Amino acid sequence: MRVVLAEDLFLLRDGLVRMLEAYDFEVAAAVETGPELTRALAELEPDVAVVDVRLPPSHTDEGLQCALAARRSRPGLPVLVLSQHVEQLYARELLADGNGGIGYLLKDRVFDADQFIDAVRRVAAGGTAMDPQVISQLLSRRSQDKPIGGLTPREREVMELMAQGRSNAAIAGQMVITERAVAKHTSNIFGKLGLPPSDDDNRRVLAVLAYLDRG
Amino acid sequence: MYASRSRIRGSMLAAGRSFVLGFAATAGSITLFVLSVLSIAFVLLGIGLITTPYVLHLVRRHANQRRLLAVSWCDVRIPVPYRRFPPDLRTGITGQVERTVLMLKDPATWRDLRWLLVDMTAGYVLLAVSFALMVYPVEGIVLAAGLWRVFEDSTYWYGFVPVSSQATGLAAAALGIAVFHVGLWASRPLLRLHFALARSVLAPTHEQEMAQRIDRLTETRHEAVDTAASELRRIERDLHDGAQARLVAMGMNLGTIEALVEKDPAQAKKLLAMARASSAEALTELRDLVRGIHPPVLAERGLGDAVKALALRLPVESEVNVELAGRAEAPVESAAYFAVSEALTNAVKHSGAERIWVDVHHAEGMLRISVTDSGRGGAAIGTGSGLSGIERRLGTFDGVLAVSSPAGGPTMVTMEIPCALS
Repeated sequence: MRVVLAEDLFLLRDGLVRMLEAYDFEVAAAVETGPELTRALAELEPDVAVVDVRLPPSHTDEGLQCALAARRSRPGLPVLVLSQHVEQLYARELLADGNGGIGYLLKDRVFDADQFIDAVRRVAAGGTAMDPQVISQLLSRRSQDKPIGGLTPREREVMELMAQGRSNAAIAGQMVITERAVAKHTSNIFGKLGLPPSDDDNRRVLAVLAYLDRG
Repeated sequence: MYASRSRIRGSMLAAGRSFVLGFAATAGSITLFVLSVLSIAFVLLGIGLITTPYVLHLVRRHANQRRLLAVSWCDVRIPVPYRRFPPDLRTGITGQVERTVLMLKDPATWRDLRWLLVDMTAGYVLLAVSFALMVYPVEGIVLAAGLWRVFEDSTYWYGFVPVSSQATGLAAAALGIAVFHVGLWASRPLLRLHFALARSVLAPTHEQEMAQRIDRLTETRHEAVDTAASELRRIERDLHDGAQARLVAMGMNLGTIEALVEKDPAQAKKLLAMARASSAEALTELRDLVRGIHPPVLAERGLGDAVKALALRLPVESEVNVELAGRAEAPVESAAYFAVSEALTNAVKHSGAERIWVDVHHAEGMLRISVTDSGRGGAAIGTGSGLSGIERRLGTFDGVLAVSSPAGGPTMVTMEIPCALS
């Protein structure tokens, strides 16, 4: 799988290249700046891009803007955005086009190599990988409201994992319950939220986020 | 038709206001002037030392009342030039004497007295003319309507028209109508002129304004320096107790791991997990610290999106409206951001609101931000609340804070900071 990596700090870039290569990714390019990233994405057509939000030369949200622009010219281009901090505002912008293949994670998540690589693979496959921080913010904000408040603690837990973009099997593994139990929880959740059930992982995350987003 | 009707209404209103104000100019100003002169004269006898602050306080209220009317009626702004009393003023008789001395030393006091003189003379004349121009015509019309009969035998002068018959009565009416037209055209400007005259006497001189400005700058600079120093102390403490300590612990663990890795791999693995956990915690702490110094979204996107991001994190439903054509200077953005943050925190904590509206826009060289909540109200500046903190923060940039919060709500916090966008 071919990856384009954009990160301006040498140490992190080097570490990420090493890690991705250790997990059998082919790093097609590892760039430092926004313009370089835009060029690399257009020329190399990678399977997935791993992008830092803040890049030179502006040192603002250049990476995010480049990723959004690249996805406009090539819809569904899988992009995993890494950041020193996560903001719902950015998460919403990334999810807005509804095409999937989006990830938005804190840089700390690379500490757990297995989970990080899992997230890259999920995004490359067109799924989503949202940082638990974004999800928990969203959930806590809506916790007083009825439909979410009506969930049992167990269902809430399932919903959090689901919103991060995990499959039923992954949720079952994490919560140490059977996959059938997860399926039952999810259909309960959809029932309580009034959403038609769907098998598509990506669509269900989007559905959950869209619901949460509805002021 | 509509225009002329509104013009008539405007002039009538001006005349009415002139009439009311006439009382203040005569009765009020004359009384206060006499009292002030007497009180100041009695300072030498001792009695004046006690009475003067009271009398001068009344004078100031009288003048401030006029300032208020000038703005609300004719949009004439008269700045308030009074010096503030020092905060450590003593109470009782000694305090009163100090107050007298301070007030007599304040040049604004003497300007007030001069204004009282002008107000009861020239100021009053302007008001009287403004009022008369709208009222005098009524007499002319009443004369023509039949009142002339009363003066059939003797001659009654209406202006320069001797009234003694229907014909001369009609002439009086014609004159009245002419005067009325002059009044339509002049009574509002006359009222305005009255306030302009008051401004020319009352407004502080350039030097006084400068002195006031220096006082204000000294004060806000003091506060800014204090805030910056305590902020630095807080950051140093947070780093020292938090991230730094965790990194030290991590280094120690790594050292132990080095020694254990061959002897006791299981223990080494446990310590590795601990080291990783501490590095994650150190990162979280650093992240929070950065958010407290300069929030990343603010750095990346500017005030508008930073406020939006802030609102997204609130546990209360909120609506953010931003109209900014560019970005303000970084220090202004930062001050505004933290002020909004504080206002939102207050609203969430104390108001019990179900909804919050934030409006950010820039117009006429002013950044205007309002935070409104649907809560129970009753917020006030200066009761050791977060609002005083906001006021101090904005003060450094000549910004101001206004709070409208009637009991029962809603609360509206408005901030204004003069600044340019780029």
